[in-house]
Amino acid sequence: MSTQDPIYKTDALIAEDIDAYLTAHQHKTMLRFLTCGSVDDGKSTLIGRLLYDSKMIFEDQLAALEADSRRIGTQGQEIDFALLVDGLAAEREQGITIDVAYRFFATEKRKFIVADTPGHEQYTRNMVTGASTADLAVILVDARKGVLTQTRRHSYLVHLLGIRQIVLAVNKMDLVSYDQAVFDRIRADYAAFAQGIGIADFTAIPISGFKGDNITAVSANTPWYTGPALLPHLETVEVEDTRDQTGAFRMPVQWVNRPNLDFRGFCGLIASGQVRPGDAVRVLPGGKTSTVARIVALEGDRDLAVAGESVTLTLADEIDCSRGQVLVAAQDPLEVADQFEATIVWMDEAELVPGRSYWLKIGTQTVAATIHAPKYEVNVNTQEHLASKTLDLNAIGVAVVTTDRQIPFAPYAENRDLGGFILIDRHTNHTVGAGMIRFALRRAQNIHWQATDIGRTHHAAMKNQKPAVLWLTGLSGSGKSTIANIVERKLARMNRHTFLLDGDNVRHGLNKDLGFTEADRVENIRRVGEVAKLMTDAGLIVITAFISPFRSERDMVRGMMQPGEFMEIFVDTPLEVAEGRDVKGLYAKARAGQLKNFTGIDSPYEAPEAPELRIDTTETTPEQAADLIIARLIP
Amino acid sequence: MNAKTLTHLQRLEAESIHILREVAAEAEKPVMLYSVGKDSAVMLHLAKKAFHPAPPPFPLLHVDTTWKFRDMYVMREKAARTAGMELLIHQNPEAKAKGINPFDHGPLHTDMWKTEGLKQALDLYGFDVAFGGARRDEEKSRAKERVFSFRSANHRWDPKNQRPELWRLYNARKAKGESVRVFPISNWTELDIWQYIHLEGIEIVPLYFAAPRPTVDRDGLILMVDDDRFRLHPGEVPKMRSVRFRTLGCYPLTGAVESTATTLPQVIQEMLLTTTSERQGRAIDHDQAASMEKKKQEGYF
Repeated sequence: MSTQDPIYKTDALIAEDIDAYLTAHQHKTMLRFLTCGSVDDGKSTLIGRLLYDSKMIFEDQLAALEADSRRIGTQGQEIDFALLVDGLAAEREQGITIDVAYRFFATEKRKFIVADTPGHEQYTRNMVTGASTADLAVILVDARKGVLTQTRRHSYLVHLLGIRQIVLAVNKMDLVSYDQAVFDRIRADYAAFAQGIGIADFTAIPISGFKGDNITAVSANTPWYTGPALLPHLETVEVEDTRDQTGAFRMPVQWVNRPNLDFRGFCGLIASGQVRPGDAVRVLPGGKTSTVARIVALEGDRDLAVAGESVTLTLADEIDCSRGQVLVAAQDPLEVADQFEATIVWMDEAELVPGRSYWLKIGTQTVAATIHAPKYEVNVNTQEHLASKTLDLNAIGVAVVTTDRQIPFAPYAENRDLGGFILIDRHTNHTVGAGMIRFALRRAQNIHWQATDIGRTHHAAMKNQKPAVLWLTGLSGSGKSTIANIVERKLARMNRHTFLLDGDNVRHGLNKDLGFTEADRVENIRRVGEVAKLMTDAGLIVITAFISPFRSERDMVRGMMQPGEFMEIFVDTPLEVAEGRDVKGLYAKARAGQLKNFTGIDSPYEAPEAPELRIDTTETTPEQAADLIIARLIP
Repeated sequence: MNAKTLTHLQRLEAESIHILREVAAEAEKPVMLYSVGKDSAVMLHLAKKAFHPAPPPFPLLHVDTTWKFRDMYVMREKAARTAGMELLIHQNPEAKAKGINPFDHGPLHTDMWKTEGLKQALDLYGFDVAFGGARRDEEKSRAKERVFSFRSANHRWDPKNQRPELWRLYNARKAKGESVRVFPISNWTELDIWQYIHLEGIEIVPLYFAAPRPTVDRDGLILMVDDDRFRLHPGEVPKMRSVRFRTLGCYPLTGAVESTATTLPQVIQEMLLTTTSERQGRAIDHDQAASMEKKKQEGYF
């Protein structure tokens, strides 16, 4: 193969004067970049080449590489650089890259962290992950094929994730005879597209990862190209790490350090701006102010800290401040809101359920959040807006997000740390989505809680009882309504003020617009939860009889109530028994295919894991069940 | 406003401290696995920085094989004492009872003392998060390792069931019994580690520096005869050679390199001029292709 000798010879200083070398290298900067391209674009080959040419490949690895190249390589007897970076055994056999891999190399000027991501449509999630921490993206195009659908997809995602530096690497120039016309045409095609989606600037470089042209040095094969080779460009391109320093000071509080009563340090990574002792700061949400007393560090107090650094601050006043709150410049605070419009990337096999409660982690705080039905989904290939009721794996859409409390934030376009969030499923604990805040909705800012003079305590005291929600859950025909009725009758005899919310009845009125899809079932329960909550505020004992098949929603309702007020009662009847009873004839219809999404038949029932009470209806009469519930309510 | 450009080491340090604090805030019972090597030394130093002026809010755990270099045991005690941290030591009682050793038992030695020993210790103390000093640049299968690596209740690592990690947001939520291995220095390279040790004046085990040591040759490795448990061949006499170690493990399994580097800059100089990768000195990696991946699935760090 026509290897040009690596230009990046080991620095002569290493051998001559190691101390001088070390001093020089301590001032290296760091660039994190992302490579996007499909299997055939030569992405792995390019990365392998960068590692090889910057002397990151050792003799033993090279020997293994040569052996592997002969055994399973795709380049005949020549070295297959792709084998250097295709990591896991499983994927090496499949010949594809299935996850984000991080590679490292360094030159005299910079340390590089490369996020190597697969470019296939199914792997949008991986590309988004890789892009979330990158400052620059190298988008590979095969010179023979030009700008393809996938090129547009990669560019859209990179732009969406806020990467401002883009390199269009037109690869495999050796296979088009280093033809300038080919390169110029591709660059022009790309420029037209890039402008359309808002990419202001990019750098196009003609390369051959396989042959090594324009990788470390300008190639003699492309005399018509006057720009920099790829590696020199990566070494000198302006790193945006200083950009965040120009904003106002913001630091999400990550950890409060209290070794003793005399010291209280607020630890965190500065998301934006700079901070000095004496600076006035404000705690959000809340708004209390103080001034920075010290910037404490192991090696001694510091007089300046900047965005990107992890620090410990002490304040002049003893004010409340805990993990999740954000310390900000007192005169230039952040916006605080509980409803946002956000772009959401779905990352889980199980689709988004609008209305369901997910954990939302932003900065250092985790709150409960619900996602509304998407305003639209984006076709990642064409960037068209599509109507959609949900988002499934790898889908991207724009939706309204409501959080259960006010959170300080900045739009993602301004700051990644203050505007990027992840969504976590409350039961599987998987990271199911990622979001980028666009803006807060005005509704959130304009609707305030109206304080009322007669509060919930007063309401309950007048009724001489403790409000509660007795939440009966179980299959259709399990006996929920029967038991609920008896409970209410018995409580009435005890002079308790109650209200029974029954699944069927609610669907005649409040929820008559809802069907039985997963999303509608979630909304059904959410509304019932809100109504039950209002009734407990009124001091009532609320009895509900709903199948409520999903744990997430039952937990969501539990979360709405005051601690101790929610009693989950599992009316446990085996499916055969409930189906055998079939009081309403629904099971027969479901079995006959006339009723869709019927719980237990073609829609799952998630049994409670730790209910306050479980009633086995095969051993307990409804009368006995009611007594058990009341005994638990009024001990 | 004057912007201050952060160096690559400052950026890496800030990221690692962020990860350490995130675990302290979200884990129920975290522990730091401490192997006494240079990576552990850096990780421990970062923990001190993260929580200063308090000591790090978790103990150190050394999963011992009884076959480490003597110098490592000395360093272990000293490091824990200096950091003001509790030091827990676990030796697999079963391996001890069976006399498992690197001479007779080959891969079983690593499996029982390290892999099984680690699982035992985590279960014994009920730790839900364990910090480890692994780096992504060490080995190909580690390039895709998450910073927060999830393990099932029986400690298995399922490559298909790892969570995406975006921005600086780590999802540490887990079900009862599940645990997380967290790697705060994932993005450091061997050179970064050495530069940082040099810059911060971090104390490391003297074995990293060249000194005359009693050695023998075994299967292409130079091994040090660190105590009288080493099995010499009949008539074999250990040869004094100026050697040092690039990685540290069980002494009968850890190959030395001939060297005259007695200062950190000299060590770094040798490292930069060397032509073989770091893990070559470790016998366990040569077992089979993709061996680390297999070991990791079984629960080895």
